[in-house]
Amino acid sequence: MEVERTKLRGLSPLDRPRSPAELRVRQLRARDMLRGDLEGADLDEYVESRVLTTTLERAQSWARGNSLFPATFGLACCAIEMMSMVSARYDTSRFGAEVFRASPRQADMLILSGRVSIKMAPVVRRIYDQMLEPKWVLSMGACSSSGGMFANYAVVQGADKFLPVDIHIPGCPPRPEALIYGILKLQRKVFGDPDLGWRERYRAGGTEEGRRPWKAGALPVERVGSAPAAGIVTGHGQPGAAQLDAPVGHPQLTGHEARDAYEEAEEDEPAAGPRPAVGWRDDA
Amino acid sequence: MPDAPGLELIAHEINSRHEGAIVGTAFEHGQAVLLADPGLIRETLGFLRDEPAHAYRFLASVHGADYLPAAPRFAVHYELLNMPRVERLRVKALLADPGDDGLPELDSVVDLFPTADFQEREAHDFFGIVFRGHPDLRRILMPEDYVGWPQRRDFPIGGEPVIFTATEDTVPGWTR
Ligand code: SF4
Repeated sequence: MEVERTKLRGLSPLDRPRSPAELRVRQLRARDMLRGDLEGADLDEYVESRVLTTTLERAQSWARGNSLFPATFGLACCAIEMMSMVSARYDTSRFGAEVFRASPRQADMLILSGRVSIKMAPVVRRIYDQMLEPKWVLSMGACSSSGGMFANYAVVQGADKFLPVDIHIPGCPPRPEALIYGILKLQRKVFGDPDLGWRERYRAGGTEEGRRPWKAGALPVERVGSAPAAGIVTGHGQPGAAQLDAPVGHPQLTGHEARDAYEEAEEDEPAAGPRPAVGWRDDA
Repeated sequence: MPDAPGLELIAHEINSRHEGAIVGTAFEHGQAVLLADPGLIRETLGFLRDEPAHAYRFLASVHGADYLPAAPRFAVHYELLNMPRVERLRVKALLADPGDDGLPELDSVVDLFPTADFQEREAHDFFGIVFRGHPDLRRILMPEDYVGWPQRRDFPIGGEPVIFTATEDTVPGWTR
């Protein structure tokens, strides 16, 4: 049976009375029920308003989501923020995630709080394997999500290379509030009701930059002859694998260069009418 | 720190005991340096440790170095310290690159200075310098099954090309 999500969220069957008068009505009906004065349809209605039905799985995941026990496991500087998450100032016990368990057997959330060196990765993976199902992984900070600034031989470039990660929390380090926000997102996921991504939330589908006409592939090649001699520029301006593997002679531009080239190309072919005024600059 | 004549005297003294042990002296970054022959490094360090006039009894650091374009490519630095006089002395053993995946070698000084144990392992780990006679020459910081000598200058920096939304079409191996 499908259960109304609003009911599950405020699990107390007592929805808040909207006015003092409504509260008074409820009190009187409760008194009537206790006296045995309620009968028939009245009694049915009273019971219905007092009892919440749900599935066992939903109730279970509600309980799980509200008691996520993290493993006591810090990796690097992010761990300092993770520690202060349980302090009195931030107090994640409001959300049931404050009981750091010293044994992975008792934990059900692994917070990857920092960079994972390639020597540490097997250890992290073993701790993850030792945790009992169901278990969740939060990747905290730039380092464990992508390697962060440590693009070098020693650090795993993203913990999801060896672990399934549920939530990535951006920041270097993320503040404890951000971590708590990530935990709240994880709770929604555990409840079986994950939050939407921002594109879905704001109905912004189709705005991916790759779909825009100024992307490199959509450009006529001869228009961008002003590209540097090598003709290849990667996004971070460093000679990397991207440069070496790119086909020689095919210009690939960064976003800015490509956009400029696109706008230049557009000016060569005048549009049908005057450009519509867009944005505050034109209004001023 | 010995001054320039003092450094020359030390070099001369060592050379008179062990022919060719010191190949030169220098001052680098305000630090007195003895350029030592790696074949006689044990004799040099043993002399500096045991000779009462010098008595550099504390080995503060051992580290490797890679001077890639330079001709003797590798070096091992021994930072010695005489604690009563608060005098520091650096002994630098230059090692040629044997080429063909060979590794530069020199003698371990672990039995003279036990602190060299981990530090020589670190130099081995990062630069691939082999210390002959080291009791347990394994990698210390990198995983033991790691391949390569990561602090060498010709070692690739690593990392990955970063995919931003603006570059996702140009990063190889990435398809949407
Ligand atoms: S993301 Fe920043 S704070 Fe966190 S481990 Fe990396 S460097 Fe440290």
